[in-house]
Amino acid sequence: MKQHYSIFTLARNAVSYHENWTEAWRSPDPKPAYDVIIVGGGGHGLATAYYLAKEHGITNVAVIEKGWLGGGNTGRNTTIVRSNYLWDESAHLYEHSLKLWEGLSQDLNYNVMFSQRGLLSTAHTVHDMQALRRRVYAIQLNGIDSEILDREQVAAYCPILDCSPNARYPVFGASLQRRGGVARHDAVAWGYARGADARGIDIIQNCEVTGFKIENGKVVGVETTRGSIGARKVGVVVAGHCGVLAGMAGFRLPIESHPLQAMVSEPIKPVLNCVVMSGQVHVYVSQSDKGELVFGAGIDTYNSYSQYGSPPVVENMLNALTELFPIFGRLRFLRQWAGIVDTCPDASPIIGKTPIENLFFNCGWGTGGFKATPGSGHVFAHTIATGEPHKFAAPFALERFTTGYLIDEHGAAGVAH
Amino acid sequence: MLLIPCPFCGKRDEHEFTYAREAHIARPTNGEQMSDAEWAQYLFMRKNPKGVHYERWMHAKGCRRYFNVARDTVTHEIYAVYEMGQPAPAIERENGR
Ligand SMILES: Cc1cc2nc3c(=O)[nH]c(=O)nc-3n(C[C@H](O)[C@H](O)[C@H](O)COP(=O)(O)OP(=O)(O)OC[C@H]3O[C@@H](n4cnc5c(N)ncnc54)[C@H](O)[C@@H]3O)c2cc1C
Ligand SMILES: [Zn+2]
Repeated sequence: MKQHYSIFTLARNAVSYHENWTEAWRSPDPKPAYDVIIVGGGGHGLATAYYLAKEHGITNVAVIEKGWLGGGNTGRNTTIVRSNYLWDESAHLYEHSLKLWEGLSQDLNYNVMFSQRGLLSTAHTVHDMQALRRRVYAIQLNGIDSEILDREQVAAYCPILDCSPNARYPVFGASLQRRGGVARHDAVAWGYARGADARGIDIIQNCEVTGFKIENGKVVGVETTRGSIGARKVGVVVAGHCGVLAGMAGFRLPIESHPLQAMVSEPIKPVLNCVVMSGQVHVYVSQSDKGELVFGAGIDTYNSYSQYGSPPVVENMLNALTELFPIFGRLRFLRQWAGIVDTCPDASPIIGKTPIENLFFNCGWGTGGFKATPGSGHVFAHTIATGEPHKFAAPFALERFTTGYLIDEHGAAGVAH
Repeated sequence: MLLIPCPFCGKRDEHEFTYAREAHIARPTNGEQMSDAEWAQYLFMRKNPKGVHYERWMHAKGCRRYFNVARDTVTHEIYAVYEMGQPAPAIERENGR
């Protein structure tokens, strides 16, 4: 029995000392076979399962996760959500996602703490400012909110940003997406897991997929550390490990895996009212509801599957942060970590069919897929259910590397996130 | 932090180097006959292994020469460093990953 979460449930449970909350999802043993298996219990995989059930009525589904839910990049990211992308294809996909974010807590009956506090992308040179204008106009033509602020307006919007003319990286202006913001990362995974489970989907943690069962070019199941499981269709959503899984199926992807690092400071009183990102100086920062500053920058340059990351990157990130926000110079830092991101040559995801029939991949989100979690799950569920790509997913097929129709969002998106 | 043994200068910190990605990708000599799919394989598809990776580095703040490295992408252990044009050495890994 699923408890509906509300103020009344909270009050009732408070009276019984919070001892009677029921589990948010079951942990069943895997069945011998499913209609659909989703590999990877991050936000994208869980969202895919949820929309398979909700939009397509497909509930004989298992999500198979080698560790714990959201233990990959979902639980390691800096949670920036926005839809101000340059190219039409990306604008449609990310805006589709942002619209789903706007109703997500209600839809899931789970507070994902989505906070549309506004997102500033700063420009630090004349050319930066020109590129920013071009981007904002393109975004506006797609009907997506985006505006240009000059230096005085930036200083008024975000007072602690160093906008003085003597700054090491003078601020020339910024773009602002007021609907952009942040969300609670774990809650997104948990909310989708709970919603999928309530519709009958099996969520199986601590179970690693070690191979695919392929007959005559068609996938018929997966091998796992808990035995082999049959499936009519398989969707793989494993972020940094997509190359490993593609290798198991016998093909290659145009993807390389790199660590991306993030850090949090000690908690302080509210000082930062919005998200600030600087592509030129390369850092992005927001303040969590607990008061910690959460920030990150670029990837470690070399291929790696080690979730720690190297010190020179931290040094660059801190240099950028303290030049833009001198006020942060004396803060202490609590934690630093890394996730393994799946970077694609055109900084856009790959969603859809593979050389193996009934095997679908959703990967390549790299440094910026958290914002896409609802939209990605929604279009991928459609792709798996119907066997044909959703219209927003179609341009992101693997074939684009053969046709040359790349969707180059490097830099165009402002910064890696 | 990696300590990379440049074959020309010796061991130096990683920030002296730039990474130049997967090694041993030979430019095709029969380009005119190749299909788009074959071009895609050459241009974009990568091994991206979880384990031994054969890759190129350039000693940007030193001798500025390129060389090859065989490195573990999980432990970051460097197994071998060898000059451009040399064949990739076979690497036996203890844990067989
Ligand atoms: C430090 C950092 C900061 C980031 N900041 C932002 C940001 O501000 N905004 C933004 O939009 N994006 C950001 N991103 C990117 C974002 O986190 C990812 O694109 C997104 O979370 C990917 O979600 P996912 O569900 O596809 O992957 P994941 O959450 O990584 O889930 C994949 C899951 O697959 C599992 N798996 C792997 N192999 C197997 C196997 N063989 N069998 C079973 N399961 C397997 C993993 O254990 C993992 O749980 C950031 C990423 C990092 C690392
Ligand atoms: Zn050297």
